[in-house]
Amino acid sequence: MTAVEERQPDLPVISDAHGNHDAHTGSTNAKLAMWLFLSSDCLFFGAFISTFLLYRDRPGQEGPTPGDLFDIPFTSVTSFILLMSSLTMVLALAAIQRGDMRRFRVWIIATVLFGVTFIGGQIFEFTEFSREGLNIDTSLFGSSFFVLTGLHGAHVTAGIIWLLSLWGLSMQEHMGQGDAERVEIAGLYWHFVDVVWIVIFTVVYLVPT
Amino acid sequence: MTAFTDAQALTKPAPRPLILRRPTKTTGVWSWFTTIDHKKIGILYGGTALFFFVVGGIEALLLRVQLAEANGTLLTASQYNTLFTMHGTTMIFLMGMPLAVAFANYLVPLQIGARDVAFPRINMFGYWVVLFGGIFMYSSFVLGGAPNGGWFGYTPLTSTPLSGGALPGNGPDFWAIGIIFLGIGSTTSAINIIVTVLNMRAPGMTMMRMPPFTWMALVTSFLTVFAMPIITAALIMVFFDRNFDTTFFLATKGGDPLLYQHLFWLFGHPEVYILILPGMGIVSEILPVFSRKPLFGYSVVVFSGIAIGFLGWGVWAHHMFATGLGPVAISAFGLSTMLIAIPTGVKIFNWLGTVYGGAVRLTTAMLFSLGFIAMFTLGGLSGVLHSIVPSDTQQTDTYFVVAHFHYVLFGGLVFAIFGGFYYWWPKVFGRMLDERLGKWNFWLLLVGFNLTFFPMHIVGLLGMPRRTYRYDDGMGWEVLNQIETVGGFIVALGTLVFLVNIFYTAKRPKTASADPWDARSLEWSIPSPPPEYNFADIPRVEARDDWWHRKYTEDADGKLVRLPTGGAVDEAEITTTHDEHGGHGIHMPSPSIYPFIVALGLPLMGYAAVFLNIWLLIPGLLLVLFGIYAWGLEPPTEPEPVQVPEKVGAS
Repeated sequence: MTAVEERQPDLPVISDAHGNHDAHTGSTNAKLAMWLFLSSDCLFFGAFISTFLLYRDRPGQEGPTPGDLFDIPFTSVTSFILLMSSLTMVLALAAIQRGDMRRFRVWIIATVLFGVTFIGGQIFEFTEFSREGLNIDTSLFGSSFFVLTGLHGAHVTAGIIWLLSLWGLSMQEHMGQGDAERVEIAGLYWHFVDVVWIVIFTVVYLVPT
Repeated sequence: MTAFTDAQALTKPAPRPLILRRPTKTTGVWSWFTTIDHKKIGILYGGTALFFFVVGGIEALLLRVQLAEANGTLLTASQYNTLFTMHGTTMIFLMGMPLAVAFANYLVPLQIGARDVAFPRINMFGYWVVLFGGIFMYSSFVLGGAPNGGWFGYTPLTSTPLSGGALPGNGPDFWAIGIIFLGIGSTTSAINIIVTVLNMRAPGMTMMRMPPFTWMALVTSFLTVFAMPIITAALIMVFFDRNFDTTFFLATKGGDPLLYQHLFWLFGHPEVYILILPGMGIVSEILPVFSRKPLFGYSVVVFSGIAIGFLGWGVWAHHMFATGLGPVAISAFGLSTMLIAIPTGVKIFNWLGTVYGGAVRLTTAMLFSLGFIAMFTLGGLSGVLHSIVPSDTQQTDTYFVVAHFHYVLFGGLVFAIFGGFYYWWPKVFGRMLDERLGKWNFWLLLVGFNLTFFPMHIVGLLGMPRRTYRYDDGMGWEVLNQIETVGGFIVALGTLVFLVNIFYTAKRPKTASADPWDARSLEWSIPSPPPEYNFADIPRVEARDDWWHRKYTEDADGKLVRLPTGGAVDEAEITTTHDEHGGHGIHMPSPSIYPFIVALGLPLMGYAAVFLNIWLLIPGLLLVLFGIYAWGLEPPTEPEPVQVPEKVGAS
């Protein structure tokens, strides 16, 4: 390093390949990458939501209609639970940023439990719909409903596994205040999945046919 | 390559339970599996893509032999379907995109003055996914039928369930899952390049000082990030239609096959720009160097590239003019298609303006770039014809369309890529490709290409349908088809000359200097081939074409004057100082095996999906999960020995 400094003392010398955390965007590399992934995922859900909107009211479909099946109060409750999980996620992040690992673990487990409750509600809902005669191969409505909400459920499940892994790491003392960014990035994903659900809940359940 | 071993010898990775030992070697065969060096990954991408270029080319030759005479008998109808499907799929997903990524991977960090990309391990993961995705798709030839529904995979042909029996074999399943894998690979590498460009530029390297290739790589990456999820969604629906009896695209059950076309082309048209914009970037690098002039209208070139990136999202339905979208829709898309010709045309004038009045050196790289301008312009002109709806309706599904997109993608992308090979080969391998063979390479490709594809305009206007495995005699198409087939073999010969050139060059000594072309951008300021850490000290950029301005200035009459070598860093000094310097204190990310392991799990899961077999899913899933956890638990960079301070001068 000294050889270089002698040769051109006016140049800034940066020794780590990634030491140049100039972060021209003001966002760290990992966070920026997460934002890009989420923007990509928007288009993914966008395609399925458009498909659902196109197909839901196609005439001549067999089987039950949205009006026959949807139990708005029940789904409102599970939606509310999922939204609350965003609150606990924020609290978990705030805790680890303070270095309060005990509260961090409490809030992350609360988030996981809310997420699991939501998934449980979805499984209940799917079996209920199936019992009432709507399956993935029943009609266009059935196909597009189950694939859209099922893929959202898969996203939530992946998020639950991610948060549980963070919780496990913190139990083994592998994580501390310095790892707050890892939690923040998991949080970005979690909030995104919640926001997607708000859109799905609105256009799939609430907008009348 | 040896620069690193000192630091590594001192590094004793702490033993971690349940995790494989961290690889440390940066040389030898095994190191290619674990490397996280963006330059090595770029070379891997390039080699893989060249291999698939040859495979796709052989498929094309078989198609050409079949069509050389009326009622050709070389191939059966289903073999022909398989070959044209795999030719298109290979050339777009396994040749075009990986080659563009190869150049971006290798060059973007060098051009912006960075030591590596933002995520070296994700970079490696992207490469393995693309390679395994390609192998996965080609393994279908021995595992129950190759893809045979066209590279576009129109429904309901591809989405009819196996029991429905529209297409024999598992081809469409292999195709859908394979493309999803390739999408994962290209999305990760695109995110990586965007973050690298936005966050890791050297001090002073503002956006409007970036070399045009880096700009185009950035625009391309944004297109990839937003286009791939759409095709992924469409392919998931196709997969569900085939395997789980959904009815997304089955018209008999009320599904809408046109929805697939909308989703496919909403991806497919940006995809065209994903392929061509890197080519435009390469040409924008080569033309100024061999004209000894700055790029004419740099900011216009950049902004028209961005404009193409935006407008590319509003033209997809011009692939669907014959499907009965209604007069309002087709008028709108016809207009937007004409509109996108404007930024494209602007670029052509920028390139002409760059060459005009320059001190032109007709090197092979320059010839390919000039060839690019001419061929791409021809392809662009037939493209404008397609924006005129009545004309397009006449040409749809004829060889005229085949002629058009080969002029754009072969005459455009492939010519630019070959130019890029000749231009950057000395930087990458330290050896100049042979110029004499290069000229043969160029002229054979140019002549062969035009012989192959120009007559397709005519047979297309005469009504010869594409995607058809034979035609009757007496249609008046025989002679032109024979010319096309001869042209196809001349193209193959030209490609062979290039491969010969590679092997011929590899046998010769590494004599290329750091800056053999007297070029303009930062990658030429470091030795050829570059050391593992790229820049011994991160450059401070003070101008666009910074390296040029460190070499030249203008006198009072506006004439170029070479600065005394003391004023800039001369080449001899670079090579020696860096070797003495030996990379001490530059702490690079450590190699890792986990990207390979995660990527290895994906094809297993793919086979599980194609054959609906849970016993393949479990090992695949376990491999992926193990890889992800081990990856997450290992630090990007192994801790450094105590003697060397971890971060010197970092802000």
